[in-house]
Amino acid sequence: MVTTTRTAGPPAVRRERSRAASIGLHALLLSATAIALFPIMWIVLTSLKPRDAWRTSTVQLFSDPSLDNYVQLLTTTDFLRWFANSVIVATGTMVFGVFVSATTGYALSRFRFPGMRPLLWSLLVTQMFPVAILIVPLYNVLASLGLINNHGGLMLAYLTVAVPFCAWMMRGYFNTIPVEIDEAGRVDGLSPFGTFWRLIVPLARPGLAVTAFYSFVTAWGEVAYASAFMISNDNYTLARGLQLFVGQHMAEWGLLTAASVLIAVPAALVFLVVQRNLVTGLTAGANKA
Amino acid sequence: MAAASPAAARRRTPAAGRVSGGRAPRRERNGPLARLWRTHWYAWAMIAPVVIVLAVLIGIPLSRGLYLSFTNANESNVGRTIGMNEIPATYEFVGADNFLAILSGELGSFWPRLTWTLVWTVACTALHYGIGLGLAVALNRRLRFRAVYRMLLVLPWAVPPFVSIFIWRYLYNNDFGVFNAMLRTAGLPTVGWLNDALTAKIAVIAVNVWLGVPFMMLALLGGLQAIPKELYEASRVDGASPWQQFRYITIPGLRQISSTIVLLGTIWSFNMFPVIYLVTEGGPGDSSELLVTYAFRLAFEGIRNYSASSAYGLLILVLLIVLAVVYQRALRRGGEAW
Repeated sequence: MVTTTRTAGPPAVRRERSRAASIGLHALLLSATAIALFPIMWIVLTSLKPRDAWRTSTVQLFSDPSLDNYVQLLTTTDFLRWFANSVIVATGTMVFGVFVSATTGYALSRFRFPGMRPLLWSLLVTQMFPVAILIVPLYNVLASLGLINNHGGLMLAYLTVAVPFCAWMMRGYFNTIPVEIDEAGRVDGLSPFGTFWRLIVPLARPGLAVTAFYSFVTAWGEVAYASAFMISNDNYTLARGLQLFVGQHMAEWGLLTAASVLIAVPAALVFLVVQRNLVTGLTAGANKA
Repeated sequence: MAAASPAAARRRTPAAGRVSGGRAPRRERNGPLARLWRTHWYAWAMIAPVVIVLAVLIGIPLSRGLYLSFTNANESNVGRTIGMNEIPATYEFVGADNFLAILSGELGSFWPRLTWTLVWTVACTALHYGIGLGLAVALNRRLRFRAVYRMLLVLPWAVPPFVSIFIWRYLYNNDFGVFNAMLRTAGLPTVGWLNDALTAKIAVIAVNVWLGVPFMMLALLGGLQAIPKELYEASRVDGASPWQQFRYITIPGLRQISSTIVLLGTIWSFNMFPVIYLVTEGGPGDSSELLVTYAFRLAFEGIRNYSASSAYGLLILVLLIVLAVVYQRALRRGGEAW
């Protein structure tokens, strides 16, 4: 049954598997795909219906498809402001996060120094921290720094989430780059920083891209910190702002679905481009841990 | 950025020792501290930013949370500023009272919530892993449209989670959700998905499974592709059945990646915040509230009970660390150097 073992082309291999098995395999994958896609499809369809058409109690695929919800969303709500806030916070998290996790990952991958094992351990343990134990004291720390309801404060909070995992991942990636390259750099008279910056960073670009993506997405989709730290409508990120659409006093599913589509499309496109790297980065990190 | 090409660099490589900072024991005249500093200062400089960020934003809050969990701090007695007046904090140290109140069930029904959190974690992780493995094995075959399947199956991971969580909440809606609309169309009675404790729990598990399977699938697919094909060929020559191949080649080949992602998945499910917070808001009542979401609610809703929330958080952390250590021990006993 394990047909992948033959190096012959696909047609020859496919003949080995019985027709029934092939049908079964496709049926399995098709139904999984249907489940994966259904909610997403439904949201796209709903967003195209008139504003109140979500209040139907029957299954309707289309009813007067139009872009009204999108127009409403962009003209009458704060969506664009929230979107801008999200972009600012996520980009800031990404830039700073990539930089510090790359240097740390490199140090952990190449040097043996006192304090290395404790650092590795704390990177791992930090990933276990429930948001709940940190959120109150973090709120206090940020408040005493005057960083509540502030983009910078939220960025700092997100760094605590993104950096441990990213540093861990970068370390795994640097481990896959041969040490001989560093040695050559050192022999040619580069300082340790020079080696890192001029030889290794350019080589690690795929890993860096993955780290960048991960930290961006972490900040882009985070809910708890955004809900707790952002107080005024002006500073809401998308994750917080969208909650207003389906709050206790209103349920604007038309607007919400349109907003969902607008948020998801760019994220999904970027994601599909980098996903192969993402898996390699994850598994490289895991296997070398 | 890059001036030197790696290929050129490699060509000149003489066989130098590994660039490991402090291995070579060198005799220096200065004290041992100065020597340590000289050999390691660049490594320390490189990790400094992360250490500082972690110390300030995790270390300080953590120790403060630790302290708060032994006090009776809540909204009415923490220090705050109202207009011109600064009100000093009046909460005090109460020892282990919070923990006693929580563990005795007096505060926030800890044990039922822990049970549900465990059921949730086990169910989610098992389903994530099982479904992910099944799909990864299927996708590892040669078949038509493989790339298309792969791309579409990953989509649930690509959509930002809070968006898809809102979507699911709409799908579950009593009157206007599509699930009930389908039931009505089929002439069946509708189900109050989020109004009943049991169906609400099933509903949130379904959402979390939907969200988490793609990650497991991709990670396991990466693991499957790393298993050498020769093993399968050799086993076939020896007459192994497909099941035997799966049992004795695939499963051991996936051990390392599996151990990592199962641990990660367990931690992620245990600490899963948005699914519960946004789909059921912990309801109906507080029946689907996990330890994490409940701790959040304690601190940010009603009369804000900071100390109890911190105590809850600390208990969660202890549980997870115990779990990770036990898990690692078990793996090591199974001969896995993780």
